[in-house]
Amino acid sequence: MSVVTQAPKPAFPFIILDAGGQPSLIAQKCTACGATYADSERVACGRCGGRADVLESFVPATEGTLHSAVIVRRGFPGVDVPFISAVVDLDGGPTIKGTLRNTAGFDPEHAAPGQRVRVRFDDALGRKDKAGGGYIAHYFEPIPA
Amino acid sequence: MSDIYIVGIHMIDFGRYPNRTPGQLGAQAALEALDEADIGIKDVQAVFSGSNYTTMIGQKVLQQIGQTGVQIINLVNACSTGASAVRMAYTAIKAGEFDTVLCVGVEQMTGLGMLGGAVPGAIPTEGILGSATMPAVFGESGIEYAARTGATQADFAQVAVKNHYNATMNPKAFLRKETPLDMVLEAETIAWPLTKLMCSVNVDGAAAAVVMSEEQVKRRGLMDRAIRIRGSAMASAPWQERDPIMHDVNGPTRLAAQKAYAMAGVDPKDIDLVELHDCFASVELQHYENLSLCGEGEGVKLIRDGSTELTGSIPVNASGGLLSKGHPIAATGIANMYEIALHLRGQAGERQIKGAKIGMTHVVGLGTSAAVHILEKA
Repeated sequence: MSVVTQAPKPAFPFIILDAGGQPSLIAQKCTACGATYADSERVACGRCGGRADVLESFVPATEGTLHSAVIVRRGFPGVDVPFISAVVDLDGGPTIKGTLRNTAGFDPEHAAPGQRVRVRFDDALGRKDKAGGGYIAHYFEPIPA
Repeated sequence: MSDIYIVGIHMIDFGRYPNRTPGQLGAQAALEALDEADIGIKDVQAVFSGSNYTTMIGQKVLQQIGQTGVQIINLVNACSTGASAVRMAYTAIKAGEFDTVLCVGVEQMTGLGMLGGAVPGAIPTEGILGSATMPAVFGESGIEYAARTGATQADFAQVAVKNHYNATMNPKAFLRKETPLDMVLEAETIAWPLTKLMCSVNVDGAAAAVVMSEEQVKRRGLMDRAIRIRGSAMASAPWQERDPIMHDVNGPTRLAAQKAYAMAGVDPKDIDLVELHDCFASVELQHYENLSLCGEGEGVKLIRDGSTELTGSIPVNASGGLLSKGHPIAATGIANMYEIALHLRGQAGERQIKGAKIGMTHVVGLGTSAAVHILEKA
């Protein structure tokens, strides 16, 4: 009896996997006004109203600057704490939200705005969908100064 | 130009009502508002009502107090729901179609737990996509503000100290206990920088208002209790590079405030007191600036020098704010107006702001919708 192993799927619309299963970020940029979006299928530009034909996909940088973060110590039931919830401005846009991991600790200095971070892809904490499929998510990690 | 007035307004004591239905809670507030306006349900020509967790709330209220068959429009507009109802009453009367409108906001929240949470998808995203809890979302907004202004966690905590103190004089508040700075800072951290005492509490609550045209107020002889709506404005989030990945509560508040000031023809210095949306302690400082109570970056100074205390130059959240009253989402907008009405009428007891003539109310719901009203004693 053979076991069918499902390839993991991207956890969010701003992550894509190539034919070999390698993940990368994907985003959209408005060629009319320059707005960027952590999305792959926008209907139109939320800034200037330009229709879909002015939106083009691009692969954003995987490095960026931490804009804001909090240290979550009480979460929903079943979610391990503490963790750092972070808002990151990727170099050249867009802004994405995620979890900052591999910090030296969970004190305010480890969540300080302005620090440089990079995006890493990894399994989505072992969470599976109803069909037993796994997911690939993005995580932020500090870039040592 | 004919003005529009609130002639009856009430909030029930916010708290836990596990044995009452949302319709009953709304009915209780509505009847008190009708009584204050010296009218009955049969005088009401239209109802604007709201709840985020109960559908068709207006019908449920009228099933309790009188099914007269009038138009009811139910609103779901996050934390701005109650104020949206008053705003709709204002515009409907302004349009000339009605002269007597009832507004009701109701929320039953006992047992809901921490609000927020990611959009339902294939897998739970909390802890992967950061956190979507409200303390995390507002904490991130607060940290953004702190990075810009130098505000500290202690500055945020001082807001809770102030508002909890004010609530010791408000019998309708859920939390009526002084919380010294150490107590606030040492309370359980929910999402740093926010501790438990820097978060508003989920409670059950209802608030209602009767809104009337000037002609009707005069005809019924209600000018003695009338509160003039001088400014009524709402705004959604204007495009901003991080919104909605990071919800922007500042932009919509600024837009609504500017519109309300212009409509009322008053300056920030004319405002005697403010009830603003302190769902979390940190955001009160942001809203000092968003509502132009001070200049850019001066919100920190306002809390440090006591300007927004009861005895300060611009008292903010004399009621104790959402941090103390509790925050029954759809009821909050009208409850904020109730507090201002008390002060303008000289009925606020121990916490009365002496000589208050003009007050401002503000709410902002994530998603995003902000409402600002400027009220004046007739």
